[in-house]
Amino acid sequence: MTPSAGQIVFENVSKFYGEVLGVNKVSFSLEPGITSLVGPNGSGKTTLMNLLTGLIKPSQGAIYVLGLTPQQPIEFFRQVGYCTQFDSFPPGTNGYDFIYWPLRLHGFGGDQSAKLTNEALERAGMAQVAQRKVAGYSKGMRQRIRLAQAIAHHPSVLILDEPLNGLDPMARAESIALFEAIAKQGMHVIISSHILEEVDRISDRVVWMSSGYVVAEGQIREVRKEVRDHPMQILVRCSNAARLAAAAFELDHVVEAKILNDGHGVLVRTRDAEQFYLLLNKIVSGGLVEVDAVAPADDDVNSIYQYLIGSDGGPT
Amino acid sequence: MSAQSLVALGQKWSREQPWRLYGSQVSVLVRNEVRRNLLTRRRIWIYLLAFLPVLMILAHVIFDRNEGAGPAQLENDTQVLAGIVQLYYLRLGIFFACMAIFTWLFRGEMVERTLHYQFLVPVRREVLVVGKFFAGAIIAIALFEMAVLACFYLMYSRFGSAGKSYVFDGPGVGQLGSYLLVTALACLGYGAVFLAFSLLFKNPIIPGVVIMGWEAVAPIFPPWAQRLSVTFYLKHLCPVSLPIRGPLAIFTIVAGPVSPFVAVLGLLFLTIAILALSCFLIHRMEITYTAE
Repeated sequence: MTPSAGQIVFENVSKFYGEVLGVNKVSFSLEPGITSLVGPNGSGKTTLMNLLTGLIKPSQGAIYVLGLTPQQPIEFFRQVGYCTQFDSFPPGTNGYDFIYWPLRLHGFGGDQSAKLTNEALERAGMAQVAQRKVAGYSKGMRQRIRLAQAIAHHPSVLILDEPLNGLDPMARAESIALFEAIAKQGMHVIISSHILEEVDRISDRVVWMSSGYVVAEGQIREVRKEVRDHPMQILVRCSNAARLAAAAFELDHVVEAKILNDGHGVLVRTRDAEQFYLLLNKIVSGGLVEVDAVAPADDDVNSIYQYLIGSDGGPT
Repeated sequence: MSAQSLVALGQKWSREQPWRLYGSQVSVLVRNEVRRNLLTRRRIWIYLLAFLPVLMILAHVIFDRNEGAGPAQLENDTQVLAGIVQLYYLRLGIFFACMAIFTWLFRGEMVERTLHYQFLVPVRREVLVVGKFFAGAIIAIALFEMAVLACFYLMYSRFGSAGKSYVFDGPGVGQLGSYLLVTALACLGYGAVFLAFSLLFKNPIIPGVVIMGWEAVAPIFPPWAQRLSVTFYLKHLCPVSLPIRGPLAIFTIVAGPVSPFVAVLGLLFLTIAILALSCFLIHRMEITYTAE
């Protein structure tokens, strides 16, 4: 892989802590948009993020962020904002200073830093409590003030380690909207999260990790297609469920067709979704069945997580 | 002006004038570190280290009023002051205070789990080392210069006009200048050593004790080895020699004459060399709080 100016590239990256494996032989590249890292505790998500930002160094391999490495800190950290999972703050600091002084280290003057600080506080919904000591903040407020610091200098790459932890539903929705807005501007947003429903909803692509290895990465539906061991589940809400189930059973690739309890739909498990959709078209055009809705039932992050990693996508 | 324009403008400025950027970063780092480390309650014992002799001299001034204040006593007190500076401040007070101040600059942030904030801003790690070193130096020098100044004032003020005459018409001012110089140089030298230790060792206390031993026995080693000791340079700048006999005399041996100019430059060179080592070491540093 050649480091590209617009991509984030991992080239055969491994990290060992003594004899303990952090991540092993990770290679992939990311385009702008929202990328989620998903995996259980100890799977290497935080290690990957720390490697990406130079907080730790790879035992082997190379990492490029927009063609830059953390060894060029001035250019690199102008482009990158990292909201870590470390829930610690400089003693005695208040919310405003926590954002203002790092901006001064970026080289912004006093007025510029003040303006950017106020803007970041507004975006993170923390303007009202900015003058309070961070030590007195709730967990959700501490999460948001770290987010505010990470976005204050308008980075092109935003890295967020469990950014939704500790947030109430309203703050969570606002944060997600913020991530989506940033991604829409053509920027990279890399998130690790155990809230798989939200990951599923906002991610352009997902990296599934387990025991230090990347087990799959890409767009959710594309990855689902690749998981051939587990037949795809398709839910069809229709008028004549028995007729559809009978027709489906005639296909070799359909391994199960279960009529829903209310009798108004069928859950089909098939090894070839494309062929099933062709059949469905034929049945519908023949007027045998009236279809209300068709939806894949397991091409989501959680299902793929279960298929690939083998546990429910509980807290990671 | 929009936030994006502000960002672009700020980045353009820092790209075009990198040395001004480094300068402003050092000043911000110094300000933050001084605020964080100087005026805090947990630093009280460092104030005690600095001002303990001041308190003792004050007690001496208050409780020994009946003691004679003639020329002999003035000469005696000059020797006492020289002992306080050479044996207490240079060997113990500044040594331990620098150990506390300078090792805490990086190691303390590891303990408090806040160092990653310093590593996630567009600051070269060398600039971080220099900024933190300056901050530590300002704190240590400010404390100990004030303490030495207070000692000097209390020691001679009780002699009235004779003391005034000794200070302003005699060797007093020159001695004060030398004490302030050796104090500042000691802070810089020990500071650089302990900053490097904090980047080399998880627990810099044991190597600190080793250094203390080295500083004590260095005079019995060959001249080239003595040059690796901070006190080697400082001893040549002390204005009053101490007539000490017995085992403590090892602290006052002056091996091979060195001019004050060479002593100052030698210590500054040693400080810069150790700082350069720290700049190299910090590039190897990783944020692994769980290993602390």
